[in-house]
Amino acid sequence: MARHGITLSALLSSLLLAVAAQADEVQVAIAANFTTPMQQIAAEFEKDTGHKAVLSFGATGKFYAQISNGAPFEVFLSADDETPARLEKELLIAPQSRFTYAIGKLVLWSAKEGYVDAWGEVLKAGEFRHLSLANPKTAPYGAAAIETLKKLGVLERVEPRFVQGENIAQAHQFVATGNAELGFVALSQVYKEGKITSGSAWIVPANLYTPIRQDAVLLARGKNNRAATTLLDYLKSGKARAIIKAYGYELVKTN
Amino acid sequence: MSRNVRVRFRLERGDFCLDIDLELPGRGITALFGHSGSGKTTCLRAMAGLERAAGGFFSVGDEVWQDEPNGIFVPTHCRALGYVFQEASLFPHLSVQGNMEFGLKRAASSKQRYDLATVADLLGIASLLSRKPAGLSGGERQRVAIARALLAAPRLLLMDEPLAALDFRRKLEILPYLERLHDELSIPVIYVSHAPDEVARLADHLVLLEDGKVVASGPLSETLARADLPPAFADDAGVVLETTLSTHEADNLSQLDFSDGHLYVGRRPEAPGSRLRCRIHARDVSLALERPRASSIVNILPATVTAVAATDTPGHVLVQLRVGTTPLLARITERSQRELAITPGQPVWAQIKGVALLA
Amino acid sequence: MYNADLGAVWLTLKLASVVTLLLLLVGTPIAWWLARTHSRLKGAVGAIVSLPLVLPPTVLGFYLLVAMGPKGPVGQLTEALGLGILPFTFPGLVIASVFYSLPFMVQPLQNAFAAIGERPLEVAATLRASPWDRFWSVAVPLARPGFMAGAIMSFAHTVGEFGVVLMIGGNIPDQTRVVSVQIYDHVEALEYAQAHGLAGGMLAFSFIVLLTLYTLNPRAGRVGQ
Repeated sequence: MARHGITLSALLSSLLLAVAAQADEVQVAIAANFTTPMQQIAAEFEKDTGHKAVLSFGATGKFYAQISNGAPFEVFLSADDETPARLEKELLIAPQSRFTYAIGKLVLWSAKEGYVDAWGEVLKAGEFRHLSLANPKTAPYGAAAIETLKKLGVLERVEPRFVQGENIAQAHQFVATGNAELGFVALSQVYKEGKITSGSAWIVPANLYTPIRQDAVLLARGKNNRAATTLLDYLKSGKARAIIKAYGYELVKTN
Repeated sequence: MSRNVRVRFRLERGDFCLDIDLELPGRGITALFGHSGSGKTTCLRAMAGLERAAGGFFSVGDEVWQDEPNGIFVPTHCRALGYVFQEASLFPHLSVQGNMEFGLKRAASSKQRYDLATVADLLGIASLLSRKPAGLSGGERQRVAIARALLAAPRLLLMDEPLAALDFRRKLEILPYLERLHDELSIPVIYVSHAPDEVARLADHLVLLEDGKVVASGPLSETLARADLPPAFADDAGVVLETTLSTHEADNLSQLDFSDGHLYVGRRPEAPGSRLRCRIHARDVSLALERPRASSIVNILPATVTAVAATDTPGHVLVQLRVGTTPLLARITERSQRELAITPGQPVWAQIKGVALLA
Repeated sequence: MYNADLGAVWLTLKLASVVTLLLLLVGTPIAWWLARTHSRLKGAVGAIVSLPLVLPPTVLGFYLLVAMGPKGPVGQLTEALGLGILPFTFPGLVIASVFYSLPFMVQPLQNAFAAIGERPLEVAATLRASPWDRFWSVAVPLARPGFMAGAIMSFAHTVGEFGVVLMIGGNIPDQTRVVSVQIYDHVEALEYAQAHGLAGGMLAFSFIVLLTLYTLNPRAGRVGQ
């Protein structure tokens, strides 16, 4: 028994030492459209700071419900600016921590080469069975898609062909698997190093929809976590901004 | 055309091998008798087509149900047979009447039919028709199962130890119904059993099975009286006599006549002229060289020794006798045999200590 | 309740009814075969039928999406037949749900058929009943508790289905937007009052179904064990 006691206490103290020596960990909730850039940023972040970022990707609305019901997230990268504002009003974030980390761009995309033309005329011709988009009720990119279609005057005609993903990742999946011929997705999902990675796309002009300002916040839970504040600062760094830009996002001018 | 039942099966199941070739009478009850594992049930299932004996042959009268060399195998549901399983196996979702009508409806086109009311009366279940099987006693269930089998208009009735799952009282309750069947039915019945009493009481023809082989087959009394049977059968050895009650005597004895003499038993309730079957165990028969004068035993018959055989009880032998043409068995000690010098051809007096009446 | 919610409820009940009927047709022969065969394929078929019990619905949904999509084998077949592709349609949802709820029909039925044993069928054969006749007049009535349990479980399980629908449904009103998806939408859109209304209804429904099942047949509820 005594021997076990000794080993156990030795083990515990070595564990404590390891934790003290190791960097802090931060739990991050990220809107689905920002998945790929964030994975890259997190890798760089861990390399540069030694902290570890634990990433969860999903729909903004779902994260809101989870955060307001006590989910253990410390940093939240939303797909819009309304949800973080609401969290702020409900005192669920650290004061003054809210900022826009990226401005999302909407793209009409098809997995087929040459299917989507450079002017989005394919929407008016309307010779497709399914048009995929994220649920406009819950996803900012879905709402932006509706806005665009309205402005183009084709909403009523194409609405019966809608298929909705529960988030932008699923909207992309419907198109990628060919089940929908085309769909509105986030540019970041199909864009890398200045060009569309596959298929054909029409980058929707900014005048057709309200800019998708994507805000990040430090959640109340993360207030005292050094890794959390470091991550938010890191998002504003030149290195992170370059990655974000490479995926086709716009950036807010730094002051 | 022969009404007989022809059976030729060879069936291997692991270590066990059933190998029989028989011709059985087309009327009356044939008992397939043997210990458990002797192949009785397998044989019966093969007759029903529930097991398929490759290369087998089976016919009932002019109907060939299996003749493998000629590519004939009639599936069970196309054979006009009745099968009574060891457990009644009534359909629990149907009433007694529903169970009885199951085969009746499906055999509607057959010529040979019994009607439900007659069969219900015959088996004493007329009052149970609306009941569910779950509410019946074991004996009642088995009677319903027999009735159900009969109503399917069988040309052959197969019964697989129908009494084995019942206790003694239930057996006594059912046996009279089986005897009535025996008298009423004109179709052959093959009755599997390992209970000598049942066989002695019901069968007309006896087939003894051991390890899947036929060791004896013939009319009941002849076969039972054979002294050369394997020792295992001789243990419970005895003969069966068909008798007619001739008179009731003043001193409360009844006289039973058989073809070669008569026996006295305690007064019977039956009227003179009734046919009675009785069983005489070998252990209840002793022998004397001269007619005993001063003996309390009532039934003393003159007989001739026809054979002597060993038994598996050390120190005992089985002696086969004939009273006229009627066979009788006696079990005596070897010492008595030696001292009385009992050998075939020897005239003796058989003293019968007990007569078991089977009806 | 709102019209969209009523539509979702109606669609869900329609889906569950159609799926349960189809499962009775498809599941019965499979269960019968599984209960009685000595084939070496029995293990493999049993395992395939039971896969949805252990697979995450999203996995099943994703494979169905790919298989029924224009590049998948099923999608190519349905397109060749002039049926179009199945995802995002009610028939597509029905087919996916039949796969997804298959073990909930097959397992209780298989157990019920196996519990009958050989004897009642042999008895029926000696009473002149053909194999087809035996199945209908003996096996089906004796397996009734299995049919009840299978139908109730399949219906309830289809009503509660979410992951598969999410993957292949496309959230189309009156086509593929069932109650569970509608609840999820309400929650995501922060419409908690409506979510509560539907979710509470679903809870009550599931409770009543299980209560019925356990009352009718105390042993039937043990599905999938």
